[in-house]
Amino acid sequence: MQYMLMIYGNEAGMQSASKADAERMLAAYGAYTQAIKSAGVLVASGRLRPSTAASTVRVADGKTKVLDGPYAETKEQLGGYYLIEVPDLDAALSWAARCPGASHGTIEVRPIWTM
Amino acid sequence: MAREATRETAEAVARRSYGKLVAFLAARSGDVAAAEDALSEAFAAALTDWDAGGVPANPEGWLVTVAHRRAVDAARRRRSGETAIPQLALMAEELAEELAAAQDDASMPDHRLALMFACAHPAIDPGIRAPLILQTILGFEAATIGSAFLVSPAAMGQRLARAKSKIRQAGIPFRIPERADLRERLAAVLEAIYAAFAEGWSDPGGTEVRRRDLAAEAIWLGRLVASLLPGEAEAIGLLALMLHAEARRGARRNAAGDYVPLAEQDPALWDADLIAEAEALLLAASRMGAVDRYQLEAAVQSAHAVRRSAGRADWAAIRRLYDALEQITRSPVVAINRAIAIAETDGPAAGLAALAALEGDGRLSEYQPYWAARAALLASAGDIGAADAAYEKAIGLESDPAVRRFLQHRRAAMRSV
Repeated sequence: MQYMLMIYGNEAGMQSASKADAERMLAAYGAYTQAIKSAGVLVASGRLRPSTAASTVRVADGKTKVLDGPYAETKEQLGGYYLIEVPDLDAALSWAARCPGASHGTIEVRPIWTM
Repeated sequence: MAREATRETAEAVARRSYGKLVAFLAARSGDVAAAEDALSEAFAAALTDWDAGGVPANPEGWLVTVAHRRAVDAARRRRSGETAIPQLALMAEELAEELAAAQDDASMPDHRLALMFACAHPAIDPGIRAPLILQTILGFEAATIGSAFLVSPAAMGQRLARAKSKIRQAGIPFRIPERADLRERLAAVLEAIYAAFAEGWSDPGGTEVRRRDLAAEAIWLGRLVASLLPGEAEAIGLLALMLHAEARRGARRNAAGDYVPLAEQDPALWDADLIAEAEALLLAASRMGAVDRYQLEAAVQSAHAVRRSAGRADWAAIRRLYDALEQITRSPVVAINRAIAIAETDGPAAGLAALAALEGDGRLSEYQPYWAARAALLASAGDIGAADAAYEKAIGLESDPAVRRFLQHRRAAMRSV
């Protein structure tokens, strides 16, 4: 089954982190990505730019409305994702627990619809 | 074969194997609801088929084969995508092979424990785990479970359906967890079983059949887990605890239906066989070198059971056990029981001092046993005014009429002295 691991974290906290902390975090993500790749379960992954770079689009009554900012203005924002292919939820949860984001934020684990 | 006899045979098979059949089917597809539906269709088919052609040599195998065929048909009807059908067909082949190997019910692979672990998975809402186990393993209907847990049948049905689709959609596995996770995950299974038992226990008079059944069924589940994981002290300890409690069921009400507190129960009314079984289990658990909450609580029950031979419960032991339990659970309920034990060993003033340490705990202000314990200790310490106020509070918070009557009698007796 495919699962999306969505990494939610405090953007302000991330931006105000010291250079050393930020580098340590980056290195941790590097090692995690390497591990998940070598396990052969990674389908795709990506790190998102901060929600200040987000735009939102809605079409109502045939008119396209574009807004500056994320879907919801919350302290915790989606910061990145891993799309993985594993046998079951337990395997997905154990990968989520290893993600560096799990120790400073929250990982939401969602199964992907199988078509 | 007579219709009535066929029905009886089918019912006997359902009682013996319902959970095993659901687990067997669901372990393959990951779909509990579909397994239950298919199985109920298979039972319906059995009533007419067995009537005409006689009961098959291996009724469980017959039911599982028919149920699986129904499940494949249902998947086809739903047109649940072209990929799913070959997969189901493949599973049908595997199933046929496995069933050919299994000559009878006893050699059929038992996935009930795996199903229980799926039901008590950390990704399932803790409140629905016990109802889910009761439904999938024991075949209880949503209405029955709902009334035991004080939830409307419709709401319970919805919550059960949601949990089952969570299991299927989220890909919750049907297996016994690895060693590293087993303890923690087993704790959730045992907690669900204990919750079911507690629901059954809350009808001490046994006047509500469905609740009494719940306690008996929880013990059955406890036996099942203990027999499938014989090396797990926690599972053995829980079974010992439930059996000890169940042994006293007959003594918890007098002939008039009035509540009889443990200290005043007639030990002759306790079930000696159940106590003997509980004691043997407790001894086995204590030799496994791991102490846990259930084992300690079972040991408390054992120290009460001592009253049968010694004439008095072993309060010193009970106090030590509650000391240990408080360290593990940090539960205010345990702290209340510890205070009662202290009052027995060191007198009511010491018990009240231990209770006083709990006064800041907001959880207790609406907890009847706290006020009842306080009232009893104040009364024996001679502080009639404060005891009266505590009785007032306890009576106002009690929902069981028999216990309420008991508290009112106690209060009246205290005033008349």
